[in-house]
Amino acid sequence: MSATACWGMVEQQAVKSLVNNLTYMIGGQQGSGVDTSANIFAKACGLAGLHIYGKREYHSNIKGMHSYFQLKISDKPVRSLKSRVDLLASFDEETVAVHYGELVEGGGLLYDPKVLDRKIEAIPTLDKVVKRRLLKRLEERGLNPTIGSLIEECKASGVRTYPIPYDDILGEISRASGKNISELARMINVLAVASSLALLELDLAFLEQAIKSVFRGKAKVVDENIEGARVAYEYVKKRFSSSYPYKLKSQPRGKLILLTGNEAIALGKLVGGCRFQSYYPITPAADESVFLEAHAVFRLNGGDESASIVVFQTEDELAALTSATGAALAGARAATSTSGPGFSVMVEGLGWAGMNEVPVVVTLYQRGGPSTGLPTRHEQGDLRFALHAGHGEFPRIVIASGDIEEAFYDAARAFNYAERYQTLVIHLVDKALANSSQTVTLDPSLVKIERGDLIGEEKVAEIKAAGGEYKRFEFTPTGISPRVRLGTKGCVYWASGDEHDEFGHISENPENRVMMMDKRMRKLELVEEEVPLDERVRYYGREDAKYKVVSWGSTKGAILDALDELRVEGVEVGFLQVKMLCPLPSKHIAKILEGSKVIDVEMNYSGQLGGLITEKTGIEISNYIVKYNGRPMFQDEVYQALRSVVEGTAPKRRVLTLGA
Amino acid sequence: MALKLVDFKEQIHNDWCPGCGNFGILSVLQSALAELELEPDDVVIFSGIGCSGKLPHFVKAYGIHTLHGRPLPYAIGAKLANPNLEVIAVSGDGDGLGIGVSHFIHAGRRNVDLTYIVHDNGVYGLTKGQASPTLRYGVKTKALPEPNINEAINPIFLALSAGVTFIARGYAYDTRHLKEIFMKAIKHRGFAFVDVLQPCPTYNDVNTKAFYSGEDRLDPVTKKPRPRVYRLEDVGYDPVVRADMTKEQVMAKISKVIELSFEWGDRIPIGVFYQNENILTFEQRLDLRLRNYLSNPPAKQRISTPEGFPAADITEILQELAV
Repeated sequence: MSATACWGMVEQQAVKSLVNNLTYMIGGQQGSGVDTSANIFAKACGLAGLHIYGKREYHSNIKGMHSYFQLKISDKPVRSLKSRVDLLASFDEETVAVHYGELVEGGGLLYDPKVLDRKIEAIPTLDKVVKRRLLKRLEERGLNPTIGSLIEECKASGVRTYPIPYDDILGEISRASGKNISELARMINVLAVASSLALLELDLAFLEQAIKSVFRGKAKVVDENIEGARVAYEYVKKRFSSSYPYKLKSQPRGKLILLTGNEAIALGKLVGGCRFQSYYPITPAADESVFLEAHAVFRLNGGDESASIVVFQTEDELAALTSATGAALAGARAATSTSGPGFSVMVEGLGWAGMNEVPVVVTLYQRGGPSTGLPTRHEQGDLRFALHAGHGEFPRIVIASGDIEEAFYDAARAFNYAERYQTLVIHLVDKALANSSQTVTLDPSLVKIERGDLIGEEKVAEIKAAGGEYKRFEFTPTGISPRVRLGTKGCVYWASGDEHDEFGHISENPENRVMMMDKRMRKLELVEEEVPLDERVRYYGREDAKYKVVSWGSTKGAILDALDELRVEGVEVGFLQVKMLCPLPSKHIAKILEGSKVIDVEMNYSGQLGGLITEKTGIEISNYIVKYNGRPMFQDEVYQALRSVVEGTAPKRRVLTLGA
Repeated sequence: MALKLVDFKEQIHNDWCPGCGNFGILSVLQSALAELELEPDDVVIFSGIGCSGKLPHFVKAYGIHTLHGRPLPYAIGAKLANPNLEVIAVSGDGDGLGIGVSHFIHAGRRNVDLTYIVHDNGVYGLTKGQASPTLRYGVKTKALPEPNINEAINPIFLALSAGVTFIARGYAYDTRHLKEIFMKAIKHRGFAFVDVLQPCPTYNDVNTKAFYSGEDRLDPVTKKPRPRVYRLEDVGYDPVVRADMTKEQVMAKISKVIELSFEWGDRIPIGVFYQNENILTFEQRLDLRLRNYLSNPPAKQRISTPEGFPAADITEILQELAV
């Protein structure tokens, strides 16, 4: 909230190019079209050949509370956000109150002049801590407790302010179209985007195309919004021509797509052969299942036939995991998606899948916990839980994706792991990844499908012809037994959550127990032997770096960007991203980290990965950089925290706190 | 070649207590499967936890012994992945009407084409006789330190209100009748629920075989026991909702089911209470939505090319997301 520039930023600001290098924020009341406006803005930039990375922040609320979208736009790929904003487009007074302090000197603020007289005290949804802080600040400076005073403060700190009288613009549209203003009011979000793009001088044609794309199939809405966008664009162009130094310039378009983490995972599942997805509604996982349901019928390569995925909404998460497990038993690639609270409900089903060697995939979108926690906010607090959930011991594979592109490939790969090792796979992602939008390229032809030891009736007949008998849990040197789909002709088998023999019948025999435990757990050794190292850990930077960051999941982008910044300053810091958390490739991790100062960067309170690495390798973590305020890490705060470690001024544990 | 009961017998030791009603349910199920000319590899039996949970192990068919209260969601997942499977789920009354009751209710409103058999003996046998959700208020079976403090669930009425399209009650010692019910249930197009009254000789000393057959109430003239259970078909009851019925006729049928569901004590109806095949099954609904679901269900789909690349072509979706 501080309006003074952060340490290290001033210098940066001076050299920063103002073309195609913008952090943009758009905010308003939830339900007033903030998401749509951000989509349109991002799409317009994408259509102009620019790269985008953006995050969505919202309350656990349907209408009325404050929400916003923060985007970075660049001519090069982007993967993280900085905390400071170059241009803030607000529809309402609360957006000004919450975010005006995040604007950089020389940045811009678009606001509706009717908010000027609004009293800060009277904004009902404004967080009371923020309210108190603002009122105190204004009182100390002898200013009126109104939004107007905040805007005056902006001006004083070098922010350019642009009053956009949405009502007047709507009036103009109303006169031209004959529609009444109240009918048109819902397009204020598009007016804000159009005003922003006019300031940034991006050709209106991109916005028009974006509107067509976002409102696809709704011709009337498209026409109305394009008309509105034109009026707002012209309005701003006429009044504030060339007054804003930041610009967006189009460049030749690559083969980029703009998508969220939720969508990337859904697509990864489709490509990876998932044909049954169960879910119980929960933030931030449900969008994935809804996207799958909206695309449930799809084409097949090399044929006219279509295929489909069953998306099954269950009565609770227990039914979600157990029905997916049933589908996997029947032979479909099956998955379920949830968040921490739902995963808590699923736990008994995890053990059953592990015990019965069922290839089922759980996509776990972490959010702020414990309990209901911060339902719509970000955290990586469930690593230890994912590793240990369930009573007793059973093999599981736990993987984590660092960004949207990785999430696509990992979502597909998870099924290969599940079927090859015939066990549960937990794919860890998080709110920041789920609700971020990014321009990326995805190449489905890089995905391979390997179904492991799945046999059909011919193979069963061979076993019988050779005088054998089909045994679902047959003891083998690898621990993997041939698996049949339920209903395969020529055999039957049993499965049981009780300890069982090779046929699947209950057995409490002590020798059988040891052999079965060994058989199941041995599969984890096989994972270690077989899975390529780059699917388990990734190392970025020089091997001899004195300082090495360890992290996992969606902190990747902010870390890599912070390291790039440090590198420019001549400081080499390495980064070890752990992608497979179980089985943890401890030997490789130890090899990479030995002799370095290890800095653990994580979005949780206790540094769960750091603790795990120490537990498994004996390597001590020199510094912890953690964050658990529900907002993802910004590049600049990671940079500063790392820099202070390198300079020797950092405490053992630093807690990052930026974000509104 | 027609199969016999013995073809559905798995030769392992059966550890139910001597005299357990489960034996009747098991052999009736095996002979029903044989009589319906099913093959062992066509059939998948899901069970939960408790004495009933062991049933699949005694049947030569695919047998999936799941978690306490959860056989239905496992069974539904398998059935939806491959609707060609003949799926049967079995529960106990604690399993299916206690810990797993929400799955039962939601199975009703989905109408997935499978059979659900609840072994109803009023007690949690495997944990030594605690009261189950179907034990009536004030009843003190022998393992209870005090009479039961809860009212009982009415499984028939519950099934009706959940939208179950086949609702029946059988009695484990009337095996001929029970077999007819099982066969009807398996043939029913939709979700079929059978509540089976099943004395627990070890822990339920109230709802015993003697209780159901009325040995405590002899006919004053003949001196013969007057059984409490009676067959609905013997009193001319017709459970079927037909497509040409008016709304009023259907409502009258439903009212009758409710009335019968509360009959208990001296007269306990068994037989089919309700059958309505005019409701679309979940599989049919999916087929309407997904176009070729029934002919190309999840478990049967080609998911990769012969070279191991994805079979799904997402080009159109990527175009939708392109910038």
